[in-house]
Amino acid sequence: MHSGSPRAFFCYICSMEKFSYWQLFLVFAKIGTFTIGGGYAMIPVIEKELSKRGWIGENDLDDIIVLAQSAPGLLAVNIAIYAGYKVSGIKGSVTATIGAVLPSFLIILLIAMFFTNFKDNEVVRRIFQGIRPVAVALILVPAANMAKKGCTSWWTWLLAAVTMGLVAFLKVSPIWIIITIIVCAAGITTLRKGN
Amino acid sequence: MLLLFWQIFSTFFVIGLFNFGGGGAMLSLIQAQVVSIHGWLDEGAFTDIVAISQTTPGPIGINCATYVGFEVFHSAGYGMAAGIIGSFAATLAVVLPSFLVFFFIMKLFTRFHEAPAFTATMTVLKPSVAGLIAAAALVLILDFNWGGAGPAVRVLTDNFPDWKAWLLFIAAFLLSYFNKIGPIKLILLSAAAGLLLY
Repeated sequence: MHSGSPRAFFCYICSMEKFSYWQLFLVFAKIGTFTIGGGYAMIPVIEKELSKRGWIGENDLDDIIVLAQSAPGLLAVNIAIYAGYKVSGIKGSVTATIGAVLPSFLIILLIAMFFTNFKDNEVVRRIFQGIRPVAVALILVPAANMAKKGCTSWWTWLLAAVTMGLVAFLKVSPIWIIITIIVCAAGITTLRKGN
Repeated sequence: MLLLFWQIFSTFFVIGLFNFGGGGAMLSLIQAQVVSIHGWLDEGAFTDIVAISQTTPGPIGINCATYVGFEVFHSAGYGMAAGIIGSFAATLAVVLPSFLVFFFIMKLFTRFHEAPAFTATMTVLKPSVAGLIAAAALVLILDFNWGGAGPAVRVLTDNFPDWKAWLLFIAAFLLSYFNKIGPIKLILLSAAAGLLLY
């Protein structure tokens, strides 16, 4: 974290803020509130906030991102759990997660409570008539991005199409499809390795 | 009402456990469970929730879970208090699996995530998740009906009443896909478009 010289060590000590759970909570509350656009937008902010305070080292962040991406759940929540753990163990991970989730929870709750009163308002109805098709388009964009990354051969395109058909037309629960894929892919690779 | 709390909690717990692929994929899981399978909300109401989740700060998956937890109780005719507890149950349930996975599997997982079986699974999951998310969008565009005299497909007029809606849809997709305008600006612009066009 600091190169050997006394000057670098001095700067490192100065950059370290005294750690408290309240501060950890505040840092993640800030990250949770101001990162609009999902977990990936959090990464540079987390790097800045945690490294600046000397709470995590440079290599820690890479580990956190790799693990958070491959574990199930929301990236933002996983990052909070792993980064909080690196900073200060289990208590740290609980504190960071509450920090990351609480602001959105409260904001959405307020909106949900008040929006129900305005829903039948004529102006609100017109506004949402304009928003609805755009909201659907914004769902489709991550699908297109994921397809660009994941669909690299005819069978991966087929798999994407079959999944879409099963879920949209036949109303199969996505969870069964995910379980089937995990079991088949892990099983086939393990069998192949065994031979 | 207790049964509904349990159903919300278990549904969102399973969603949190099997979500691979970020907030967009979580929207598709929530939509499949809440709209298509349980029928707690209709497509129009869910689309509004998605729009609000995309516009407000914080992780989209959390926003959507919190809002759906509230709205399911509210639209079922229970009061504000039930809505608040419902949104808390949904949010807690969607976060909890991440913790469990972390504390129980992580010690194995640090060695495990470079294993060939794991990388292979992730490679196969990616295209499937793309299909899942596309299905979520498709279900908000078209209505598939298997009852009656055979399969019938029609456009969901709640979300796409006319050609102006299609124009907004295509423009928003292209602008967002090619990174011309961020999602929040797009939604604010489309709100203005809604006022002008309808």
